[in-house]
Parts: sequence; structure tokens; C-alpha cells
Amino acid sequence: MSEVIWGLATSHVPSIGAAMDRGMTADPVWAPLFEGYGPAREWLADNKPDVAILIYNDHANGIDLDIVPTFAIGTADRYEVADEGFGRRPVPDVIGSPELSFHLLQNLMDDGFDLTVFQELDVDHGFTVPLSVWTPDPGDKWPCPVVPLLVNVIQYPQPTAARCYALGKALGRAIASFEGARTVGILGTGGMSHQLAGARAGFINPEFDAMFLDAIENDPEKLAALTREDFIREAGSEGIELIMWLVMRGAMNAEVRKVHSVYHVPASNTAAGLALFDNQPA
Amino acid sequence: MTSRISPDLPGTYVFDGPTSRRGLRMNKLFMSLRSEAARADFLADEPGYCARFGLTDDQTEAVLGRDWQAMLDLGGSIFYIYKLAMMDGLSMQYLGGVFTGMSEADFKAAMLAGGRTDV
Repeated sequence: MSEVIWGLATSHVPSIGAAMDRGMTADPVWAPLFEGYGPAREWLADNKPDVAILIYNDHANGIDLDIVPTFAIGTADRYEVADEGFGRRPVPDVIGSPELSFHLLQNLMDDGFDLTVFQELDVDHGFTVPLSVWTPDPGDKWPCPVVPLLVNVIQYPQPTAARCYALGKALGRAIASFEGARTVGILGTGGMSHQLAGARAGFINPEFDAMFLDAIENDPEKLAALTREDFIREAGSEGIELIMWLVMRGAMNAEVRKVHSVYHVPASNTAAGLALFDNQPA
Repeated sequence: MTSRISPDLPGTYVFDGPTSRRGLRMNKLFMSLRSEAARADFLADEPGYCARFGLTDDQTEAVLGRDWQAMLDLGGSIFYIYKLAMMDGLSMQYLGGVFTGMSEADFKAAMLAGGRTDV
């Protein structure tokens, strides 16, 4: 029997990874964000899970637009770090857990979630930046095996927020019956408000983000009721990535304890957010 | 009867199915530019490379002229268009400036000042 011990929600902006890779984290533009990460990283270093599940989306690196799976899971024993055009990030490849992947696949399928299966997958910044937010200096390997769970957030219609939240709940049930590990960490990635294209490019909505940061902890049902149009209007066309935080939240207990949160504008064109939750409230 | 279409929000591109279908060949070209060999092929003969991927005349013109706005209008996904911009040494802030009628410096300054909260 396995137990989710924490959930980490974080933006996955490529420039956050680039700032780390290029040693720019102390620059005035970046220092507030990376200083903000500090307490979360310390807590996470003391609470290493046996395995982790990372919910993310690809950005034209591991998959293209020929096939657009709404929900998908990786079942590989290793995921190479993608070369997004100018060399791969200098971080370790990701060791997977096929045993957990197949357990999740079967249990989620039995629970009504018909996932696409990736037997091979290169993971891009959407995956590696959250790992770097968690573990800035991984050495030659990440803290534990990680299973990728992909959500289509790029091509409309994305899955609804309600469906993402329901997937998270099913994920939580599936994890509970897994006998191959004891402790599990869940990462929900993307967001917060941002829009990259169109006359509204550069849009940031701190009020919506503040509401989201509070509700993801205390009232996820309220967020699950938001429509796609609500997300695109209030968080920007790329802010809809926040639906992936709901998969993470759904896999956790009704009540969680916030360990730490960070909000910083900008990480390039994006409002960067982090929220770390302990699934074992004191 | 038609199915429900994506929302129409001012100043916002919603990359929906029909848009993706329109831009598929062009987006595939952009994704190919991840490899150095493909970038060399492209730079050696841009019109030929566009023809090989089956771009329309409008799309070819947009790509050759680096008309970023037209690429969006012709079905480009910003994540894919960005591959071409990166090859040209341009940033997402540069593109943000193009889309909003600002210089890259002004767009960056607007982001550093807290982002465009009034649009």
C-alpha cells in the first residue's frame, strides 16, 4: 500500500531552468523567485518519496500534433531529456517505474480513464524544470523514479478542470493500492497566468492567481467548476495549464497542510507560482 | 448541426482543432528545426524546405518574411513558431513585442513591472 506524502505545484517556464543552468539564480531579476523556493526545497529534501508522479505537458519536443492524447502515461524505464533545439539541459535522464506505470494504467482504466500509453518519450522543460525546482542539484540522478502523466493543454478542447480533478481522485485511489512503494510525491505543473500570443500577450492576472493559490489548498471544487473559457479569459491562453494542478490536488486528501508557497512576476512572460502541500496534516 | 466552437476572446488565439488542422504542415516544419541538420537544410533553401513540408503559398510567404503575426493567423502554434524564432536568435519577449506593437525592450519592461494586468 502506498501513500501520497506531498503534492508540489509549480510553474515549468523554460527560463527558470535556463537561469539555473546558466548560474543566474542570484541575478536581481531571478533572486526573489529562487530565494522563495528555498523553504520548499529544504522541506522536500527531508521528505524524499520512494517514487513520484509528474503531471505535465509537452511543448513540441517529445510529441507533435499528429496525435494529441488528452491524457497519457509513460511506461518506460527511462526517459531521455529532450533536445529542444540547442542541446539538452545538463540534467540527468529520468528513471521511470514501469511497475507503477502499469499499475496506474490498469487501475485508472478500470476507473473510467482511458489513457494513451507512451512506451518511449523524451521529456522536455515541462518535465525537467519542475524536477529542478524540487531538486536544484541532482548530481547524476534525480531523488527517485518518476512516472510522467501527460495532459493536453495546448490544443483546444483541453480536458475540463472537473475531469482533471476527477482523474486526480482516481489517481489517488490507484496509488493507495500500489504495493511496490511506500511513499509517493505528486507534482502538478504549469501556469500561473500567462499568454504568449496575440494582442493580449504578456497578460498577467495576480488577482486570479491569488484566488487560485488559496483555492487549490482550501476549495479545489471551486476551481474544478471553472470552464475552459474561464481559464483562458482569467489566466490567459496558456494559463489553462493550471488544470494540471487539479490532477495533483485530486490525488491528495480533502484537507492538506500548506508547507510553503511562492508567487513571483515575471519568469519571462509568466507569473511563476509554487505551492507545496503536506498530505499528512498534523 | 455544428459542434460547439472555441471561445472568441479579444486579443487571444485559441489553438483549436480547425486552427491546428490549417497549420499542421507549417507546425511540423517548425518542430523539425530542433535538429541542427534540419536547420542547415532550411537555411540553405528556405522556399524548397517549405515546399518539401507542403506549406501553402501564404504560409511560405509568412515563414520566408518572418511575419510572426501571419504565422499565428495561418494556424501556427506559438510553441512551434518559437522554434523558428529561437533559430533566428529571437526571444519570446521579442515575439511578445511583435504581437503587441512594442519593442522587445518595452515588452520586457512591462513584464518586469508586473506584466500586462490591464488587457
